[in-house]
Amino acid sequence: MRIKRFQEKLGFLFLSFCMVVILLILITIFYDIISKGSSKISWEFLAASPSNGMTEGGIFPAIVGTFLVTLITAALAIPLGMGCAIYLNEYAKDSKITRLIRMSIRNLSGVPSIVYGLFGVVLFVQLMRLDTSILSAGLTLGLMTLPWTITASEEALKNVPNSYRQGALALGATKWQSIKTNVLPYAVPGMLTGTILGLSRAAGETAPILFTGAAFFLPFIPKSLFSQFMALPYHLYIMATQHHAIEKVRPIAYGTALVLVVLIFLMNLSAIIIRYNLRKVKKG
Amino acid sequence: MEDIKIKVEDFSFYYGSVQALKNINIDVRRNRVLGIIGPSGCGKSTFLRSINRMNEVIAGSRIEGRVIVDGKNIYDSNVDAVEIRKNIGMVFQKSNPFPKSIFDNVAYGLKINGIRDKDYISDKVERSLKDAALWKEIKDRLHKSAFELSGGQQQRLCIARALAVEPEILLMDEPASALDPTATHKIEELIEALKQKYTIVIVTHNMQQAARISDFCAFFMLGELIEYDLTNIVFTKPSKKITEDYITGRFG
Amino acid sequence: MKRHFDQELKILKTDLLKLATMAEESIHCSIEALKARDKVLAKKVIDTDCRIDELELINEERAIDLLALRQPMARDLRFITTGMKINSELERIADLAENIAQRVIELADEPLLKPLIDIPKLAEVARKMVKQAIDSFVNQDEELAKKVILYDSEADKLRNLVYNELIHDYMVKDGTTATRAVPLLLIARHLERICDHASYIATDVIYMIKAKVVKHHPERLKNNNH
Repeated sequence: MRIKRFQEKLGFLFLSFCMVVILLILITIFYDIISKGSSKISWEFLAASPSNGMTEGGIFPAIVGTFLVTLITAALAIPLGMGCAIYLNEYAKDSKITRLIRMSIRNLSGVPSIVYGLFGVVLFVQLMRLDTSILSAGLTLGLMTLPWTITASEEALKNVPNSYRQGALALGATKWQSIKTNVLPYAVPGMLTGTILGLSRAAGETAPILFTGAAFFLPFIPKSLFSQFMALPYHLYIMATQHHAIEKVRPIAYGTALVLVVLIFLMNLSAIIIRYNLRKVKKG
Repeated sequence: MEDIKIKVEDFSFYYGSVQALKNINIDVRRNRVLGIIGPSGCGKSTFLRSINRMNEVIAGSRIEGRVIVDGKNIYDSNVDAVEIRKNIGMVFQKSNPFPKSIFDNVAYGLKINGIRDKDYISDKVERSLKDAALWKEIKDRLHKSAFELSGGQQQRLCIARALAVEPEILLMDEPASALDPTATHKIEELIEALKQKYTIVIVTHNMQQAARISDFCAFFMLGELIEYDLTNIVFTKPSKKITEDYITGRFG
Repeated sequence: MKRHFDQELKILKTDLLKLATMAEESIHCSIEALKARDKVLAKKVIDTDCRIDELELINEERAIDLLALRQPMARDLRFITTGMKINSELERIADLAENIAQRVIELADEPLLKPLIDIPKLAEVARKMVKQAIDSFVNQDEELAKKVILYDSEADKLRNLVYNELIHDYMVKDGTTATRAVPLLLIARHLERICDHASYIATDVIYMIKAKVVKHHPERLKNNNH
C-alpha cells in the first residue's frame, strides 16, 4: 500500500513538473516578446508604413498583407474543405478508395510547409501564371490548410448524432434536406472552430509565402490581388535575420512578433467563443 | 381484402452476404396494432425499417420479395423512397427530438414538404400535439427547446412530429423501452387511441407490453417469422412449441 | 432454462394433490361409515372438512399470486387457471362427502332399510373417477381424462338404479320407509354429483393440455387434432 501511495505521488509530481516546465517556457516566450516589443507598439507603428530602409516606421502594409492573404486562404479552404468533409462523411460509402483518400488527407497535414511553398510556386506562380502575388500565396496557404479544415469538419459532422439524420429521413426528407436542415446547422460551428484554428496557423507561416508572393519591402498597400505583398511572419524573419542593421531594428522585430502573436491569439479566441456558443445551443 | 393495409410477400433482406430476414410473409390489418416480438438480433427492427425503406441507407444491403402498401409494391423501381416515407411515420427507440423548439420539431415534416402557410402549420402542430396527448402539458412553451422536456414527453413529441405529416401507418421501434412505468403507460394508452386512425406496427422486447397493446402478434427468430396470429391466441395457446418456450421465458 | 417459477408451480401442484387425497379420503370414510353405521367416523369426516376448506383457500391465493406476479402465458397460464378450477371442484367434492356423512348420522340409529349393493358400487365409481381425474392432471394424460368423462355415464346408470329401486320398490309400496329411503336417495345423489365434478376436472385437464374446450361438448372428444 505504501508503495502504491508513493507511486501515485511520484506520478503526480512528474506530471506537475512537466506542466511547470511548459508554463515556464510559455511565460519566457511571452515575457520576452512583450517586454521587448511593447515599447514599439503605438498607433503609428500599426498604421504607418516602414521607412528609412526599414529601420523606422510601422508595419501597416504587413498587417494588411497578412490579412488579405488569410482571406484568400479562407476563401479556398472553407468551401472546399467543408464540401469535401460533407461528401466524405455523408455521402461516400466506406470502401478501400475512401479509406485511402482519408489516409492521404491526414498525411497531407504532415507535409512540411516549405514543400507546400515549392508546390505553390510550380502550380500557381508558373503553371497557372498567377505570378508571385497575394493570390498565389493565399492559394498555397489554402492548400496547406485544407487537410486541417477537412479533418476538423469531418469531426464536427461525426459529432452530430445520427438520430437527427434518421429522424429527418423518416419524415420524408431527401438526403440533402436532412443534411441542410439537421446536420449542417449543428456541425458548422464545430467546422468553423477547426477551420479558424487552421487559418490562424496559416497566418503565421513563412515558408509557403516565401516564393509565392511575399516581398521584403513594399511600403504601400498592395494594389490588387495580383501584386506582391508584405506579410508579418516574413517581415519578422527579415527583421530578425536578414536585415543589414539587425541590432538597430531588433525592437521592430519584437514589435512585429508581438503583433503577430496577438493576431493569432485573437483568431484562436474567436474560435473558442464560437465553440462556447455551440455548447450553449446544444444544451438547448 | 381491403382490410389489409400492408402485405409482405416472400420478403428477404441481406446485409452484404448475411441474410437478416428470411422469406417473411405477413398481412398487416388496417387500423390494428401488430406487435413484433422475439429475442435480440432476431430481425424485428430490420423488418420494421424495411417497411419504410429506411434500411436502404445501409451500404451493401439488398432485398428480395415485395412489400405492398395499399396495393402498391413500395420496392418497385419507379417508387421514390422519400415519397413513401411521407406516408409511413416512424418513432425510434430512443426519442430523438431535433435540437429545435417544440414547435419547430413538429412543424419540421411540413416545412420540408414545402408547406409555407403559417396558419396551416400552426393548426397542424396543435392538432398533432393534441393527438399525441402532449398539447396540454406544453401549450405555453411551444417555442422552448425540445430538450427541456422529460423523456416521456420527448417521445410523445416524436410521435406528434410523425403524426404531423398525416401518415397512414405508424412504425414504432420499442417506443417505451427507455421510459419509466408512468410514461410507458401514457404511451400505451396513446397507441390504443391512435389505432382508430392509423395502422400501427410496433416492435417490443417487452412481452407483457405486446400482450397489452397489440391485436396481432408476430414472433420472429433468427430472421424468420415463426408464428403470426391474434395476440390472445399467441399468448394463451401458441401453435409452435418454440413460441411457447419464448413467451414463458424458457429461453431468450 | 430453469426457472424459479417452476419451483412455485411444483408447490401448487403438490398442494392440489394433497387436497385431492383429502377429498378421496373423505369419500372413502363416509361410505365406510355408512356401511358400518359408524357415527364417530362420520363425525370425523365432517370435522375434517374445515381443514379441506382451508387448504382450498391457500391454493387459491397461491394461484392468484402467481398470476399477478409472474404474468404467466400459454401453457403455464392454462396450468394455473385449470388448477384453480380443479381446486374448487375438489372442495365441492369434499363438501359432498361431508353431506354423505351427515346422511350417515341421520341413518345410523335405525336399522338398514336394505342391504347396500349399488351404493357401494357407485361410491367405488366415484372414488375411481376422482383419482383418475387427478392423475390425468398430474401426468397430463389426455387419454385418461377422456376415459373419466366417458365413465360418467356409468355413474348416472347406477344412480338411476338406486333411485328406481328405492322409489318404486320401497317408498311407493310403504310410505313409512321414506325416513330411511330418502337419506339413501340423497347419498346416491351426492355420489353421482361427485362423479359429475370429477368429469368436470377431466374436461378442464383436456383444455389445459390441448387448449381445446370440450366442456358441454362431449362430441369434441371424438377428433384428435388441435
